Amino acid sequence: MKARIHVTLKNGVLDPQGKAIEHALAGLGFDGVNEARQGKFIELELAETDKDKAHAAVEDMCKKLLSNTVIENYSIDLE
Amino acid sequence: MKSAVITFPGSNCNRDMAVALEKITGNKPEMVWHQETNFSDVDFIALPGGFSFGDYLRCGAISARSNVMKEIVKRAKAGVPTFGVCNGFQVLTETELLPGALMRNAGLRFVCRDVHLRVDNNTSMFSNAHDKGEVIKIPVAHHDGNYFASEDKISALEDEGRVVFRYCDANGDVTKVANVNGSINNIAGVVNRKGNVLGMMPHPERMIEPALGGSDGVKLFQSVLNTLG
Repeated sequence: MKARIHVTLKNGVLDPQGKAIEHALAGLGFDGVNEARQGKFIELELAETDKDKAHAAVEDMCKKLLSNTVIENYSIDLE
Repeated sequence: MKSAVITFPGSNCNRDMAVALEKITGNKPEMVWHQETNFSDVDFIALPGGFSFGDYLRCGAISARSNVMKEIVKRAKAGVPTFGVCNGFQVLTETELLPGALMRNAGLRFVCRDVHLRVDNNTSMFSNAHDKGEVIKIPVAHHDGNYFASEDKISALEDEGRVVFRYCDANGDVTKVANVNGSINNIAGVVNRKGNVLGMMPHPERMIEPALGGSDGVKLFQSVLNTLG
């Protein structure tokens, strides 16, 4: 089973890299981008075949390593 | 006073830290590799600067889950004085021994220069050789030193006087211009509630004799020595 994890900064946490992307896009003439936020995408190939068990395991991984819950949120997609 | 300097793959200030500790405390520290699960009973643990594990995932994230850190978290929680500089500070926040996180510098640039710090708490075991409000000059060298914590964590730090060092100008004024990395409230270094864990982005170990550009970093180690003997 494949797990796809998005790690994003929480609302209210300043994202200077997102800001730089926003400004660069505006500089290229892409108008209408109100905000850019940068995050991470992590893909895991899991041996587990049970979806619930896989989800619980990945959630644990997100809490213990893949995200820093002080500043980040995560979302998990299983396939 | 016996100390240990922890080394991760990618640490690059471990030797500077060892030189500073030996010069000021008179004892050569034990160098401890990150895979160790145990090391001597020491009075003081130092986590040096560097780019451990290439800053992969997040600065300090992989190191914080290493074998040696499991032992250090245990000891720090039991009260053993623990000191993290730069990457060491990032590791301490990743283990949650200290609150908050170090984010990408607001200016997005790697900053490597001497900065002024104001000592706002001179009662900690890491700063008791300083006068309150004393201004010191020591270097920073980091890309991710922008201190962030939730509002309630920041209020707790401020109310409890746990901000030990703050970025300031040469006169000791805490200004926006003097804030090298965008840290909330110009925070450069904080202690835990118990007072035995300090993390800071600037490098006192790189300012311990005139040949290095100054000696303003000495008092931190002197404070620890005063406290631990």
